[in-house]
Amino acid sequence: MTPSTKPAPVPVPVGPSRGARQERRLGLLLCAPAVIVMLAVTAYPIGYALYLSLQRYDLRFPDQAHWVGLANYGAVLTSPFWWQALGVTVLVTAVSVAIELVLGLALALVMHRAVFGRGTVRTAVLVPYGIVTVVAAYSWQYAWTPGTGYLAALLPEGSAPLTEQWPAVGLIILAEVWKTTPFMALLLLAGLALVPEETVRAAMVDGASFGQRLRLVILPLMKPAILVALLFRTLDAFRIFDNIYVLTGGSNGTGSVSILGYDNLFTALNLGIGSAISVLIFVCVALIALVFVKLFGAATPGAEPERR
Amino acid sequence: MPRVLRFRSRWASAAAGLSVLASALVGCGGGGSGGAVALNWYNFPDDSGALQQAADRCGQLSDGRYTIRYNKLPRGADGQRQQLVRRMAAHDADVDILGLDVTWPAEFAEAGWIREWTGAMRERATADTLDAAVRTATWRGRLYAVPYNSNTQLLWYRDDLVPTPPATWAEMLAEAQRLAAEGKPHLVEIQGAQYEGLTVWFNTLVTSAGGSILTPDAQAPSLGAPAVTAAGVMRDLAASVAADPSLPNQMEDQNRLAMESGTAAFELNYPFVYPSMKANQPALFPHFRWAPYPAVSADRPATVTIGGIDLAVGAYSRHPDLAAEATLCLRDRDNQLTNALKGGLPPSLRSLYGTPELTASYPFAADVLAALDSASVRPQTPAYQNVSIAIAHTLSPPAGIRPERDVADLRGQIQDALGSKGLIP
Repeated sequence: MTPSTKPAPVPVPVGPSRGARQERRLGLLLCAPAVIVMLAVTAYPIGYALYLSLQRYDLRFPDQAHWVGLANYGAVLTSPFWWQALGVTVLVTAVSVAIELVLGLALALVMHRAVFGRGTVRTAVLVPYGIVTVVAAYSWQYAWTPGTGYLAALLPEGSAPLTEQWPAVGLIILAEVWKTTPFMALLLLAGLALVPEETVRAAMVDGASFGQRLRLVILPLMKPAILVALLFRTLDAFRIFDNIYVLTGGSNGTGSVSILGYDNLFTALNLGIGSAISVLIFVCVALIALVFVKLFGAATPGAEPERR
Repeated sequence: MPRVLRFRSRWASAAAGLSVLASALVGCGGGGSGGAVALNWYNFPDDSGALQQAADRCGQLSDGRYTIRYNKLPRGADGQRQQLVRRMAAHDADVDILGLDVTWPAEFAEAGWIREWTGAMRERATADTLDAAVRTATWRGRLYAVPYNSNTQLLWYRDDLVPTPPATWAEMLAEAQRLAAEGKPHLVEIQGAQYEGLTVWFNTLVTSAGGSILTPDAQAPSLGAPAVTAAGVMRDLAASVAADPSLPNQMEDQNRLAMESGTAAFELNYPFVYPSMKANQPALFPHFRWAPYPAVSADRPATVTIGGIDLAVGAYSRHPDLAAEATLCLRDRDNQLTNALKGGLPPSLRSLYGTPELTASYPFAADVLAALDSASVRPQTPAYQNVSIAIAHTLSPPAGIRPERDVADLRGQIQDALGSKGLIP
C-alpha cells in the first residue's frame, strides 16, 4: 500500500488529491515501457506494412519506389491466385477446426472423467502439441513421400498424395488436426471444470441420458469456453503457414493466403503486393474475431467473464 | 546502380599494407592466420568436401593475405536466393563472394548488388572459359560474375533395348512405342513437375526449334511458332505410352531412380546419373549409354539449356580486390578439376575437358563439351524468377498442354512478369 491510500484530511480537496495524481502518474510511468515495446513491435510493423502496401516497391530497386494508391489491393483482389488461396485457407480452417472441436471435446471428456492414470492420459494427449510444428510436418512429409515413407507404402504403387491438390489438402488438414486437437482439448477441459458437478448429477437423477446431459446441460454451460477455443483456433488456422510450407510448399493449388503473401514478398521481392496481401490477411483475421465477439458473444481475453 | 570494380593489377604492391589495415577494420577475423583478411564465400551446400578444400587451398596460396570462409547456403535454390537477396538488400558488408545460380546474375547486377569485372581481371576471368557459361554471367554486355561450374543434360539410354540412340524427339517416341508393343521397358524419364526444371525443358525445346522465350533485349516475350512446336513436343510425350505415370511430379532425382529401377529406356538428365548408376545398379550399368540430347527437327541439332554456378563479388564487400583475386583462385584449374572429380560438377574451363584425369571418370566429357558449346541460356532478365514461375505454372501438367492456347496465355503472363506486375502464384 502506498501512503496516498490513507484517509484524506478533513477539508475535501477539489478534484483528485495530490496523492491520487501522483499515483496515476506513477501508473502511467510503469505502463510506459510496455506501451513503448508494444508500439515498437506491433504498431510500427502494422503501420509500415500499410505504408508499403500503397507503393510500387521492389526490394531490388528501392530507388524506383513510388506511390500507387490502392492499385496493389486492386491487383490482389482481381487475381485468381488470391481467391484460390483464400478458398483453400477457408476450407482448411473450417474443416480442421470442426474436426478439432469434436475430437477435442471427446478427449476433454476422457481427460475429465479419467479415474486412474489421469496424469498419464493428459500427458499422452498433449504429446503432439509439444512437438515443434515444423518437425512434425517433416515427419508427415517423409511418411507420405513414396520411397521414404511408411504411409506412402500403404497406398497403391505410383501414388504420391502430396503432389495432387485434393489429397494434399486432405493431408494438410490431417496434420493440422493431429497437431492442434490437444490444444482444443486443453481449452475445453478448462471449460468442463466450469460445469458444476451437482447440476449434472441433478440431470442424471431426472433421468436424462448421456446425450441429453451433454446437449442440454454440459454444452450450454461450457459455451464461453467453447467460443474462446473456437476463436483461438480459427484465428490460428486461418494464418496456417508452416504445415503447408513443409508439406507441399504451396504447389499444385495447396497454398494458403499466408503462403501467397510469403511467395510474393520473398520470391518475387514485391514488397508492395506482398504487404497488401498481409494487410488483407490482417483484415480477414480482424473480421473473424469481430464475428465471434459480436455475433456469438465470445468473451475477449481480459474482458469480464460472463455472469449467468 | 552497377559499381565498377577498380581492380589492382595482380600482386598489387599495396597488398601487404591493405591486409593489415583491413584486418584492423574487420577485427573479428576468426580462423585467419595472423593478419590475413577473412573473406566470406556464400555458396550452395556441398557434401563432397570439394568446396571446403578449394577454400582452404586458396587461403594457403594467398601467402597470408586472405583466408576464405565457406558459408553454406540452404539446400534449395529458392532458399539460397532468398538468403542472398536479404543480405544484399540490407547492404551486408560481410558478403565478399557469392555463388549465384546461372539465372541470377542479371537480377543481382540490375539491383547493383554485385561488381562488374573490367580490364585485366575480366581477361583473366574469361580466359579458356566456355562461351555459353560467360554469357550466363553477362548482363547488358558487361561481365558481372565468373563461371564456376557448368552443367548440361544428355540423353541417357539402355543399349540392350535401343541399339542406336534416337536423334530426334519423334524417333525417341517411335522407339518407345516399339518397346511398349514388345512389352519391354519403354518409359522416357524427364522433369515434368511444376518447378524450374519444367522451364528448362521448355527453354531447351524452344531454342532447339529455332526460337527463344524472350526477345534479345529481354523486354518482351518472343515465343511464336517455335514455342508452339515446343509445347507440342511436351504434350506429345505426356500423351504417349512413353510418359511415366508420375511425370507431373518428377524432378531430376525421381528420373534417376526410375531409370535405376529398370522401368525406363530413356532418361534426359544431368551427368550425376552416371556415377549413381554405377554404384546402385552394376547389372544395368554396362548397358547405360549416352548420346546428344534429341533434336526437335532432324535438320537442327538440339541446343540444351546450360546450368551451373557463377561466382560474383559483393558490392558492399570491404575487400573487393582481394575477393576478386580469391574468386579467380576458387575457380582455377585445380579447384575445378577437384570439383568435377569429387563433386561431380562439369567444369567451365574448356581445356579441362581434354585432360586424362577428367575423361577417365567422365567418359562422356566430349559429349558434354559439345552440348555446352551449342548450349542455350535461360531467359536473361532480372524478372527471371517470375518468368520461370509463369512458364512452369502454365505448362503444368504436361498432359494438359494445348499448344496454341497455352503459348498465347504465356505471352500475357510473361509480359506481366517482366513488368513485375500482378501476383505470382
